Amino acid sequence: MIEERFDAIVIGAGPSGNAAAYTLATEGLKVLQIERGEYSGSKNVQGAILYADALEKIIPDFRDDAPLERHVIEQRIWTMDDSSHTGMHYRSDDFNEDRPNRYTILRAQFDKWFSSRVRQAGAILLCETTVTELVKDLQGKVIGVRTDRGGGPILADVVILAEGVNGLVGHRSGLRPEIAPDSVALAVKEMHFLPRETIEARFNITGNEGVVIEAMGTITKGMTGTGFLYTNEESISIGIGCIVSDFAESEVTPFELLEAFKNHPSIKPLLVGSECKEYAAHLIPEGGYKAIPQLVGDGWIVVGDAGQFVNAVHREGSNLAMTTGRIAAETVVSLHRRRIAMTRENLSAYEQGLAKTFVMKDLRKYRGIPALLHANKANFFGLYPQLISQAMQTWFRVDGVDKVSKEKAIFRSFRTGRTLGGLIGDAFRLVRAWR
Amino acid sequence: MSATARVEERLFQNRYLVDSGRPHIKIKPHDVPSRALLAMTRLCPVGCYSLSDSGQVEISADGCVECGTCRIVTQSTGELEWNYPRGGFGVLYKFG
Ligand SMILES: Cc1cc2nc3c(=O)[nH]c(=O)nc-3n(C[C@H](O)[C@H](O)[C@H](O)COP(=O)(O)OP(=O)(O)OC[C@H]3O[C@@H](n4cnc5c(N)ncnc54)[C@H](O)[C@@H]3O)c2cc1C
Ligand code: SF4
Repeated sequence: MIEERFDAIVIGAGPSGNAAAYTLATEGLKVLQIERGEYSGSKNVQGAILYADALEKIIPDFRDDAPLERHVIEQRIWTMDDSSHTGMHYRSDDFNEDRPNRYTILRAQFDKWFSSRVRQAGAILLCETTVTELVKDLQGKVIGVRTDRGGGPILADVVILAEGVNGLVGHRSGLRPEIAPDSVALAVKEMHFLPRETIEARFNITGNEGVVIEAMGTITKGMTGTGFLYTNEESISIGIGCIVSDFAESEVTPFELLEAFKNHPSIKPLLVGSECKEYAAHLIPEGGYKAIPQLVGDGWIVVGDAGQFVNAVHREGSNLAMTTGRIAAETVVSLHRRRIAMTRENLSAYEQGLAKTFVMKDLRKYRGIPALLHANKANFFGLYPQLISQAMQTWFRVDGVDKVSKEKAIFRSFRTGRTLGGLIGDAFRLVRAWR
Repeated sequence: MSATARVEERLFQNRYLVDSGRPHIKIKPHDVPSRALLAMTRLCPVGCYSLSDSGQVEISADGCVECGTCRIVTQSTGELEWNYPRGGFGVLYKFG
């Protein structure tokens, strides 16, 4: 098959791989990108919100031809119990700006577009091909890859592993350990189609405006997790995800969890009359800062989900993927130009580059959150949402009870639900983990 | 949308290119499944795993969406041989 030698091989054509391959090819390096799907995006799942900034730094004019669904003008954050939701909604006309900062997208279509830009930039893309292993020289330096197409190894100065959360290649080549079941979430998602006028009427929007909802509470049945509902042009993306080890201990199936979420009285009216056209499932690495593996070695660099670059608190992943892909590529370009070897030591410029970006700063900031939520899941995903709902109901129901008594009742329900020490402790721990 | 929907009905909506006769996930022969393997009969998001009459866990990987959950859950028991389907085969998302 391919006999040439490449400056770089990129494994995977998701956002991290596309960002890396695009940056390398634009700088004139000879790049081979290998993707196991029929096309870039055919294996990929996302909510999906696209954060413009990370992409703009790579393709400034992306808005001219990228397949974008709606720009987000309203964000709803819901705490839910079985029959209610307490919400915070932020809507602003300021988000109707010339260069909106958040869009909803459909990953299969967006990735295909990004990939076409990568090829235009000059990278060679080999689809329908799975990388099976890394090839090393006698000193242990990675010098290329083998694929399931057989034939000899394909050689390159450096291999960028952009293979996503499962990371089989890096894991099987001994570059990083297997992911732990308690630091990865399983998300299930459906695509529900509705006429665009129906979506606009239901969500009080016009044109390409969009609304997104992030939800937590008893919808995850005591497991650590969240649900989401995003508006696209003519469809609604709806999904829910929980930590895999929680699922393993629970009796609920992921499919049933999504069904129950869709049938929640606050969600159901938003989906009425829709037609489901796709059911998807994917893992999300949620271990955060503490789960980040070794990122560089002799002849290799890890980017995106394979490096655990997801900020689960803010539901950001694709932007971290693109940013890590870009910075990895810039590191390689810089070494290549100066004819410096792609050794672990030299490639560590990537880690220094990342440390200066939001990627490492944000993940570091939230390094305590995954463990905190996990250890207190019964409170954060069960008790507190119920208490908040009860408090709201007590407060808003006009039933002849005076307001002072209502205040007392609300305070009492919090006290009996959780001891005062427990409440203060949780609040304190949350604030400390947040800082 | 009905409350009694089954996951099998959803899978009809998905596009797959099945690599006939070459399942990408295999379960090693066992008498009694581990707790982890048994959990997969509930945990697989598309219901690939089932329990046979004689108490072994079986897989039919045709509807697999390649999420990797079973791989992660059974990593310490070693009961699965897990690979991606050959390049180009398997699930093909239109929307993702
Ligand atoms: C349900 C859900 C909702 C999410 N919502 C959001 C959101 O709203 N906003 C956001 O920013 N992020 C979100 N994320 C996270 C985001 O999807 C990921 O962080 C992002 O896709 C990671 O990009 P990546 O390129 O590292 O990996 P991926 O997108 O997984 O791409 C990896 C690619 O590598 C290919 N590949 C893997 N192994 C091989 C191999 N051996 N040979 C060849 N090719 C291979 C795969 O086919 C795939 O194309 C969400 C994730 C999920 C699952
Ligand atoms: S990879 Fe996911 S979909 Fe496929 S069999 Fe395993 S759990 Fe089921």
